Amino acid sequence: MLDLRLYMLQRVTAIVMGPLVIGHIILIVYAIRGGISAEEILSRTQGSLWWGLYYGTFVLAVSVHAAIGLRVITSEMLGLRGVGLSVLTWGSFAVLLVMGARAVYAVTAA
Amino acid sequence: MAAAQKYMQVSVWRGDEATGALEEFDVPAQESQTILDVVSWIQQNADATLAYRYACRVGMCGSCAMMVNGKPRWTCRTHVKKVLGDNGRLTIEPLRNLPVIKDLATDMTEFFDKWIAAEGVFHPTKTRYDEIEGIDPESSVRVEANAAIECINCAVCYAACDVVSANPDYFGPAALNRAWSLVNDTRDGGQAARLEAVSSNGGCHNCHSQQGCSTFCPNELNPTLSIAGLKRETVTSLFRRRS
Amino acid sequence: MIRPHRAHPLWLAFLLHRISGLGLALFLPAHFYVLSLALTRPASLDGFLHWTENPLLKVSEFGLVFLLAVHMFGGLRLLALEFLPWSPRQKTFAAAAAVASAFIASIFFISAVA
Repeated sequence: MLDLRLYMLQRVTAIVMGPLVIGHIILIVYAIRGGISAEEILSRTQGSLWWGLYYGTFVLAVSVHAAIGLRVITSEMLGLRGVGLSVLTWGSFAVLLVMGARAVYAVTAA
Repeated sequence: MAAAQKYMQVSVWRGDEATGALEEFDVPAQESQTILDVVSWIQQNADATLAYRYACRVGMCGSCAMMVNGKPRWTCRTHVKKVLGDNGRLTIEPLRNLPVIKDLATDMTEFFDKWIAAEGVFHPTKTRYDEIEGIDPESSVRVEANAAIECINCAVCYAACDVVSANPDYFGPAALNRAWSLVNDTRDGGQAARLEAVSSNGGCHNCHSQQGCSTFCPNELNPTLSIAGLKRETVTSLFRRRS
Repeated sequence: MIRPHRAHPLWLAFLLHRISGLGLALFLPAHFYVLSLALTRPASLDGFLHWTENPLLKVSEFGLVFLLAVHMFGGLRLLALEFLPWSPRQKTFAAAAAVASAFIASIFFISAVA
């Protein structure tokens, strides 16, 4: 299920995401005060390299982290093994990475 | 003369995993009585065909563990009073996560095979002609090893662990705890193979730190701590190998 | 019904970590999809954000913030358990993670409805 390589990836992405999650929560609480609008979000993020890097890193880390997590859960709870398990791991990684990258591009591209 | 004899209702697992079922027995209640006393009373007085396993009766041999009211226990040192539910009932079943041979006796082969697969085996580096190696009892590795050595192989932790039930390859807390005590044995010559073994598919990285092992270990060992030690050791060895 | 061998605080902490992780993983595609609307259909994004002003949605968002915070604090607890010297206060740490997460989610909620 989890060998040393996957374990390391899971822990490294977790450590990377620690500060990112704290920043994200602070941003959420800040952004929603007095309602939230697309214009408000985009005016902050569009054309910003820093937000692009911040959320780009976040998306990459979470795609790896969630794919490994889903791998462990499906193998332990549904008994999936072998090729099927690899397909699920890589598949969920790809879906999250592509959708996440699209979202980051959508809100940060000028 | 004592008051009228009181009885308790005891449900005992009979048969194998597939076709077995719980069977009810009325067992005389005593002032001081262990679960093993209850099982022995049934076998000696109610049904001589009841299969169960024990040897030392004093918590040293590790052969009498069973599920008592759903929790893994060493039955020879578990007092009835301590575990009797509010309804005064007792349910005694074979250990979880192991194949049942018959009634309360489980097949512990895989438990011990995994012990070996996890490299929970000493690899000597000296012969009988060498001097005995001096070990400083205060040294940090010896202190780490000390914390893990009192295991009696009872498989209570193995039965408590949900990772074992979810992942048949997983070595389990006892085997990994043993591997950790050997990682801290300076006389051992098999460290590289051991770190490789505990990094394999069934290895320490599967542990979710649920700590059922530490919660139920009758000798109050902490296999979760040992497994965390293995995780750390395998990670640092990765960097050591690269440099 | 939690089986007897699981009825201890650190197993419940494991359960919370697994449920929060699974919940977040399933929520992410929806989150990413909505944000990508900014590129394709900005009007739909704004419409969606107005829809989230609904009180019921605020309660769900409280839940999401709680899941995120509790998965982070629970994860920090596990990292500390694995990589720092062992502390016997595992149950205290697990409880603190849950309490801190509820606190953070409450700050979010108050800020959202105020």
